Amino acid sequence: MPIIRAFWAIIRRDLLLAFRRRAEMANPLFFFVLVVTLFPLAVGAQPNLLRAMAPGVIWVSALLAALLSLDGLFRSDFDDGSLEQMLLSPHALSILVLGKIIAHWLVTGLPLLLIAPLLAVFLGLPEQAMGTLWLTLILATPLLSLIGAIGVALTVGLRRGGMLLSLLVLPLYVPVLIFASGAVDRAASGLPVGAQLNILLAMLLSALVLVPLPTAAALKMSVN
Amino acid sequence: MSWIPAPVSRFFHRTSSPPYFYALADRFIPWLTIIFLLLLGAGLYGGLYLAPTDYQQGDSYRIIYIHVPAAWMSLFIYVLMAIMGGIALIWRMKLAEVMLISSAPIGAGFTFVALVTGSLWGKPMWGTWWVWDARLTSELILLFLYLGVISLYGAIEEKRAAARAVSILALVGVVNIPIIHYSVQWWNTLHQGPTVSKMDKPSIHVSMLVPLLLMAVAFKFYYLIAVLQAAKLELLKRETTSQWVKALLEKQA
Repeated sequence: MPIIRAFWAIIRRDLLLAFRRRAEMANPLFFFVLVVTLFPLAVGAQPNLLRAMAPGVIWVSALLAALLSLDGLFRSDFDDGSLEQMLLSPHALSILVLGKIIAHWLVTGLPLLLIAPLLAVFLGLPEQAMGTLWLTLILATPLLSLIGAIGVALTVGLRRGGMLLSLLVLPLYVPVLIFASGAVDRAASGLPVGAQLNILLAMLLSALVLVPLPTAAALKMSVN
Repeated sequence: MSWIPAPVSRFFHRTSSPPYFYALADRFIPWLTIIFLLLLGAGLYGGLYLAPTDYQQGDSYRIIYIHVPAAWMSLFIYVLMAIMGGIALIWRMKLAEVMLISSAPIGAGFTFVALVTGSLWGKPMWGTWWVWDARLTSELILLFLYLGVISLYGAIEEKRAAARAVSILALVGVVNIPIIHYSVQWWNTLHQGPTVSKMDKPSIHVSMLVPLLLMAVAFKFYYLIAVLQAAKLELLKRETTSQWVKALLEKQA
């Protein structure tokens, strides 16, 4: 089997597994909505305040939702031994890992795109920022899955890796958060956002190339 | 590895054997301590007595003699850790793993010192203990990176595997540090610009600069002493069952 077919097979398998457990698929989404709902309750419902905070609130919530969904990336494969099969396969592990990350993003990151505009309306984000919010979500949620994959691969062998995972991954999320919420913030006040989007795109492209390598190395360490 | 000259590779092979390294560290530590104390004394004397008072910041600027070297060390140690992580991953050298993991708490300590002294300086200068300024924030994130390394190492039972995990994490972290630093800088800046690294014409007077550099070198020596002590302990912990540790204990008893 050539590598490209193995790559597609991994994506198809993971998507199939995810669709068999549809209830789990919705969880990050509910979590995302819930966290956004908590903010008006905590800081008060003044429309001005919420409008100013909207980009940050949406992005912090998206980040936490991504973080929570990360554990599922390699967990079940690690538990049932299919991860070992992937390690034994003749194909480069990094390519297979990339397939898994993409499938994970399609299942957990992409749905955020559908619900985010709704939440943006709830928080009173100006309409002119809606397009930018979408663009940042398209560019940056895959980045969250990619960067997170390194952390998951390092902690998948541990029984209680959850808190540790957030300590490892959240500092690395900082640039994504800054540029993504910064872009939405600027778009809300009608400023150009080309620079932020270009940087996000650059980070996404370099992460696509670089991230699978340490992730594969870390998985090899975790499985042994 | 034909491109490495034979004496160099021989030196590395010998140094990386635990008993040899242990004895070597024992021999070096007293000398390093003497050099450290001399440099520290000279740096503190120059910084606290000889250097003139700043025309704007008064005497409170003198905290830079601790703050700036600690901040430099916090970055320097992380880069060193990444280099050792690379060596540990490529050549599977046990000593590099030991040095990497022994460096992490020291680096975290320097980062903490830089944060605390910066905060103490910020109170009289900026009127507040903490501001969400670029350098402070990226230093804080650096502290979290250190803590991540330390707790990942602690969480994995098998220490060789833990060392590999930590090496990967250190390498990933070192790629991210500049990205984090510049993104945070782009986000917000209040911290004063660099005054020393403008090499052609530093905006700091020579009588203030010399003690600062002395302190920076003193801190490097302190790091060497601390890392050798920590590495000795880590080696003893890892090799409790081996012959040379038993021989050492018998000799000391």
